[in-house]
Amino acid sequence: MQKFFFLLAVILLVGGTVNAQKYFTRAGKVTFTSEAPVEKIEAVNQSATAILDTESSRMEFAILIKAFQFEKALMQEHFNENYMESSTYPKATFKGQIDDATAVNWGKDGSYPVTVSGDMTIHGVTQKLTAPGTITIKEGSIAAQSTFTVAVADYGIEIPSVVAENIAKEVTIAVDVQLAQLNK
Amino acid sequence: MKNWIILLIFCCFGWSAYSQDDLLGLLGEEETTDYATAAFKTNRVINLHSLESTAAGVLDIKISHRFGMLNRGAYDLFGLDNATIRIGADYGITNRLTVGFGRSSYEKTLDGFVKYKFLRQSSGKKVMPITAALFASTAVQGLRWANPDRENYFSSRLTYTYQLIFGRKFSDNFSLQFSPTVVHRNLVKFSIEANDVYAAAMATRIKLTKRMAINAEYVYVLPDQLVPGYRNSLSIGFDIETGGHVFQLHFTNSTSMIEKGFVTETSGDWLDGGIHFGFNVSRVFTVHKPRH
Repeated sequence: MQKFFFLLAVILLVGGTVNAQKYFTRAGKVTFTSEAPVEKIEAVNQSATAILDTESSRMEFAILIKAFQFEKALMQEHFNENYMESSTYPKATFKGQIDDATAVNWGKDGSYPVTVSGDMTIHGVTQKLTAPGTITIKEGSIAAQSTFTVAVADYGIEIPSVVAENIAKEVTIAVDVQLAQLNK
Repeated sequence: MKNWIILLIFCCFGWSAYSQDDLLGLLGEEETTDYATAAFKTNRVINLHSLESTAAGVLDIKISHRFGMLNRGAYDLFGLDNATIRIGADYGITNRLTVGFGRSSYEKTLDGFVKYKFLRQSSGKKVMPITAALFASTAVQGLRWANPDRENYFSSRLTYTYQLIFGRKFSDNFSLQFSPTVVHRNLVKFSIEANDVYAAAMATRIKLTKRMAINAEYVYVLPDQLVPGYRNSLSIGFDIETGGHVFQLHFTNSTSMIEKGFVTETSGDWLDGGIHFGFNVSRVFTVHKPRH
């Protein structure tokens, strides 16, 4: 009897760790593009944190706003100081899941189109977001890409009328992450 | 037997808790260093250099104006009929090293400076409570010799300023800085004047809105160095930011816009209307784009 429980415990422990496969990165790339009549503004963040649980199909992202690099130093300063208020709201996060969990065969190499939905938090404001993306599995590593737009006003970010021609009301966010297995 | 059941329950429970937990929490917080930015809107407070540098690859063209003194009365339209000007350019060689030069109409002076930020205020992984910079400038006075018949030396035209600038952005809305200063003048008019003038300067910024701030600065010159009649420089102003420009509007009792002038040659008396209305306009150009 004791043996039985011991075995059960071992199976559960081992089974638990085997099934709960998690993949992560701390060097994900997130690009922000604003295309307005007068000006195109682009910024890149190369240090996005992302984690994916293949068992539950849950995905979470976190990025530091200050890590966005702009071409012009003044734009970067304005982005942080005037729009994102990054000292008050240092991070943007996304917590969601792949809608159709059966869409991806995690054990098989291939490229799988998916839809991801969840909660996006930017500038301290949380909104529901659904975005199309692609999961690519190749030799045990997982890559994820997605491009979507967000309306700046939805997240409580004001654009003064003076610069309305310079900053787009909807900005494009492109996410590109290469995930490696998390050993825990 | 009992122990095994407890272990079993613990395993099941522990396992489910593990997978329910928020995923990002599993990775833990990666500690990063957060550098304070934009303690002041530009690299000048009003006349004084602020602790800010010009960003690498950025050219900052500055046009500064001081009208005549308010106490000149209606005949001179309260000073607006007269103006002194400085046109200058600053360039960021790196994010820490700024160089610049300018030409002032006041005493036809050419000036050049180097500023190096050696400490950056930061929090997080690396904690540094203050930002600090070293500043050095040279000014060449360009007036015709007052007495061309005697032997005049070029070195007599030169003045040097050395400054240690240190300060802190206490909050998004409040920044404060101090700058011990020494101005060396190769030639002075009177023997009672000091060649090396020691001063302590202080400046602050209070941000009112995202695009507007109040600035104030005061330069205290240690006693018995200047001839009577010269005063400490006091300036109060507004910064207004509009995209690529920063407009600084202010009132100051100093005519000159460079260190040797406003530290050692300020003559206006605030209480007597000896105040100039003035402005600095700064426009930045990204000359060299940083690589991602």
